[in-house]
Amino acid sequence: MSKLQILTKGLIKENPTLILVLGTCPSLAVTTSVQNAIGMGLATTFVLMMSNTIISMLKSLIPDKVRIPAFIVVIATFVSIVDLLIQGFVPALAESLGIFIPLIVVNCIVLGRAEAFASKNSVFDSFLDGLGMGLGFTIALFLIGTCRELLGSGSFWGYKLPFVTGDGILVFVLAPGAFIVMGFIIAIVKHFQKAKH
Amino acid sequence: MANKESSLLKMFLALFLIAVIAAVGLAAVYNVTKDPIEISKNKKKSDAIQSVLPGFNGELKDQELTLEGDNKPVTVHCAYTDGQLTGAAVETYTDKAFSGRFDIMVGLDTNGKILGTAVLSHGETPGLGAKITDKESHFIQQFVGMNPQENPLKVKKDGGEVDAITAATISSRAYCDAIERASRAFNQVKEDQHE
Repeated sequence: MSKLQILTKGLIKENPTLILVLGTCPSLAVTTSVQNAIGMGLATTFVLMMSNTIISMLKSLIPDKVRIPAFIVVIATFVSIVDLLIQGFVPALAESLGIFIPLIVVNCIVLGRAEAFASKNSVFDSFLDGLGMGLGFTIALFLIGTCRELLGSGSFWGYKLPFVTGDGILVFVLAPGAFIVMGFIIAIVKHFQKAKH
Repeated sequence: MANKESSLLKMFLALFLIAVIAAVGLAAVYNVTKDPIEISKNKKKSDAIQSVLPGFNGELKDQELTLEGDNKPVTVHCAYTDGQLTGAAVETYTDKAFSGRFDIMVGLDTNGKILGTAVLSHGETPGLGAKITDKESHFIQQFVGMNPQENPLKVKKDGGEVDAITAATISSRAYCDAIERASRAFNQVKEDQHE
């Protein structure tokens, strides 16, 4: 696999949310607005990149039997760092994402990539994999967030659409709307994937 | 791969070292972010006080008290201009919110009339109850000038005068409840001062 392929496979071909269907909890919960979706996506990307890099560096030092706890400590450390940085420097984002930043720890994309990729590949490849997967996650959240904000609140990035008055279709802001939007987006992606083969 | 052998000592050492390095790294980041977090928290509070007590630039005296029947204290920031009590910004809360608790700041003048309200933190549903954060909305604006001591705050559904947010009656009721709590707290502070 070329370096470029490692980077780009996470974007569409192995997109963590839309193809692998990992980390659906944050994908459903924080995508009520585009801003939240991007914030969550970038925070997760940072954690993925850093944890993949560090775990790949340590892979020969960590005994097999304790690798999972070791991975979790590394991941939790980076999540806490992100949490503190966001609280300190982007308080508005910390407020709207709330508990979901600490919950990146249990996002199975992060541990999944550590186990499936970083513990078997070189440091630079793991970094690229983390970056690609993170950006794929961000793209998926952006798509879901855009649909939900447009339909649910009639706005984009917090700005009201010019020709819309009143409320949006409320169900899209609530949990059922998240499932509906994600289902449709997965179906569309699958359709195009099939057509290509 | 000799390194991958999992002897007890190796497992212990590996985990111990990783945990120590993680702890040191976290401590460093914590130290860097401690002040900005504190500043942003305080700024939020002082911004809220500023917005619920328009035009006020005197001295604030804080007092914490727990009302009868409550289990969490309310903070009353009494506002003094030239030594004279001119009102208060009350940090109040409600447990009747749709999801958990929300905290708001309520500005009151000496007669108990509402000068303004601002949301500090909440967990209401985005798009529904979360509309309480919209400062320009009719829902928030309507409270200005009302006096919860003369006229208990109630949404129209309950026979009161407050227009509830469409599809968010529970959040609207909770908002009234929080303001009532602020009003009672300020009253108690005033009574205590007279004694």
